[in-house]
Amino acid sequence: MRTIHDIHGGIHPPERKALSRPGELSTAPIPAVLVLPLRQHLGVPALPVVNVGDHVLGGQTIAEAQGVMSVPVHAPTSGVVTVIEARPIAHASGFEDQCIVIEADGQDEWLSFTGTADWRGLDAATLVGRVRAAGIAGMGGAGFPTAVKLSPGPARSIETLLLNGTECEPYITADDTLMQCQADELIEGAQILAHIVSAKAILIGIEDNKPDAIASVEAAIARSGAEIELATFPTKYPSGGEKQIIEILTGQQVPSGGIPADIGLLCVSPGTAVATKRAIIDGAPLTHRIVTLTGEALASPQNVTACLGTPITALLTHAGLNAESQQRIIHGGPMMGFAVSDLRAPITKITNCLLAPTPAELPLPEPAKPCIRCGHCAEACPASLLPQQLYWYARAKDQEQLTEHRLFDCIECGACAYVCPSQIPLVQYYRAAKGQIRDSEQEKQRSDNSRERFEARQVRLETEAAEREAKRAARKAAAQSRAAEDGVDPIQAAIERAKARKADQGSEPEQTP
Amino acid sequence: MLALLSDQPLLAALSALLGLGAIFGALLGFAAIRFRVEGNPISDQINALLPQTQCGQCGYPGCRPYSEAIADGDAINKCPPGGEETIQALADLLDVEPQPLDAEHGVEKEPVVAWIREDECIGCTKCIQACPVDAILGAAKVMHTVIADECTGCDLCIEPCPVDCIDLIPRKEGIGFWHWPLPEDRAPRFDVIATDAATRDAA
Repeated sequence: MRTIHDIHGGIHPPERKALSRPGELSTAPIPAVLVLPLRQHLGVPALPVVNVGDHVLGGQTIAEAQGVMSVPVHAPTSGVVTVIEARPIAHASGFEDQCIVIEADGQDEWLSFTGTADWRGLDAATLVGRVRAAGIAGMGGAGFPTAVKLSPGPARSIETLLLNGTECEPYITADDTLMQCQADELIEGAQILAHIVSAKAILIGIEDNKPDAIASVEAAIARSGAEIELATFPTKYPSGGEKQIIEILTGQQVPSGGIPADIGLLCVSPGTAVATKRAIIDGAPLTHRIVTLTGEALASPQNVTACLGTPITALLTHAGLNAESQQRIIHGGPMMGFAVSDLRAPITKITNCLLAPTPAELPLPEPAKPCIRCGHCAEACPASLLPQQLYWYARAKDQEQLTEHRLFDCIECGACAYVCPSQIPLVQYYRAAKGQIRDSEQEKQRSDNSRERFEARQVRLETEAAEREAKRAARKAAAQSRAAEDGVDPIQAAIERAKARKADQGSEPEQTP
Repeated sequence: MLALLSDQPLLAALSALLGLGAIFGALLGFAAIRFRVEGNPISDQINALLPQTQCGQCGYPGCRPYSEAIADGDAINKCPPGGEETIQALADLLDVEPQPLDAEHGVEKEPVVAWIREDECIGCTKCIQACPVDAILGAAKVMHTVIADECTGCDLCIEPCPVDCIDLIPRKEGIGFWHWPLPEDRAPRFDVIATDAATRDAA
């Protein structure tokens, strides 16, 4: 039996997971119009490879990855590309971003896929290439391109593949449902991932508030006959943070600024494992995902498999949204999610939950009161930071101190803001400060680059001027030496030639009008 | 000699001081030559804080000349591209009071990059010669284009263009450049002690 360690801090907010009935999975209807953002992942947006008016089939690549930090996008059903333009997307900024819009033709015709049942015979590079071509980005929420994660480089060897089935955030039950309904695919996907990174062991961690998921995964492990360890641990938010679950299950801490691969671990979400299984064995790209539709403003909260690109409003209507005026819709969970400003925005690879709370259920935050230095935030912080100090430094925009106090180790879980008696939106301060620091770093890099180029240009101009000067001096010296040899001063000779010419012209004035 | 010194304590003290002075003077003189710093370290530090747009809005031909001028005592508020942030950083470095940006040299604007409308470019190479960071690519009588990643948005290429085909467009637009803003400081009305409220109500 594995020793379960504890993490610092953490909170126990009301879970409210039963609301969306985990374990029951239905399929959401295919919407009439799908809006597929080119950037559904972390990194460079994909490049469209279809034209307006093209007819596409389900599973067809409609945008290719651009560079390493990018993933392709595939059509989730058959239809016609009507437009490629900036559309509202689910993003905290409320900005629009480039999207491919497909009008579904209702036929739902698909390309035929060829998978490889015997994936053990393929080498890692081929498998990573297929994962990449299938457009898989981390489905836990950050959307990190999975193919990049699976290539940690030769310097880091992966010992253990860790499947993070924690799902610690209140309300969300998408992974819980997935582990109950698709456990066999999950196990197979985990084995493929472990094969790709040549991990010696597979470890699945599930929080103990999901007994059904634990039972179903246990049964699937037994069916597969593979040597996979299943560990359960007490429920606490945010145990599901990558660094947190690693500490809980191994007692080791990921170094500050490092990644789990530094200590021989690779951590993936269950959704990513299932998507990998489908990409390799079935040859199918990532076109659908499980989304939790929940909140008391919905008549029938549930988990659905939905096409990527389905507008949020279509899904909420499907779940029976009692649309009040000013209804707040949260993308993600109540702790780390953000309010969606435009409900026409589509769901993407990272949408695990859409939360429609009633105002009584999740009231809007009250205006922040002054910090009373109670220190509850430091007790709650799972990363053992000093949230209060970070708050003051973020207000003062003291980037040096923020870095010194390890701002970038903050996982933005929101535990500090949850316990804050003054209701200070602490996480927003940290997010803003992180953005500012990244901005200044970029500007610094840019200005260093400009300085180098400016100085290089100065040097070049100077050398050019010096060369010209040297040539002129050389010509002068040559002329002088000739003069010394011939005994004729070339300047004097030139003047005389000019005089002679003038005299010629003077004698024939009729030539010049 | 020793006898003379022991007879004349004043002379002994004087010669000791002179001797020490000579030794330390020689040491300092040696150190000044041996550990001589190339260039002007202060102006290098100042230059590192300037935004390196090389736009010349400060009145100097580039950021380095301005940094040297600041090191010689010029005002720190002549750099519009750097704006308040740069003035603050310079004030911290030089330990002087930050001043507001001198409006005579321009106002702080969003960062921009030059963009050549390529259909209209006649290939005169004038902008190439004007670019302080070699960010424009092209040759005589063929279309030119700006390397956006290298362009500092200094606007020095705008003036020489005979057909006015260069625009300055915002550099930081779209979702890739967005980050959370700091929360608004909605300082709530709070009464520290109950009697405060009473006096205000009375008034």
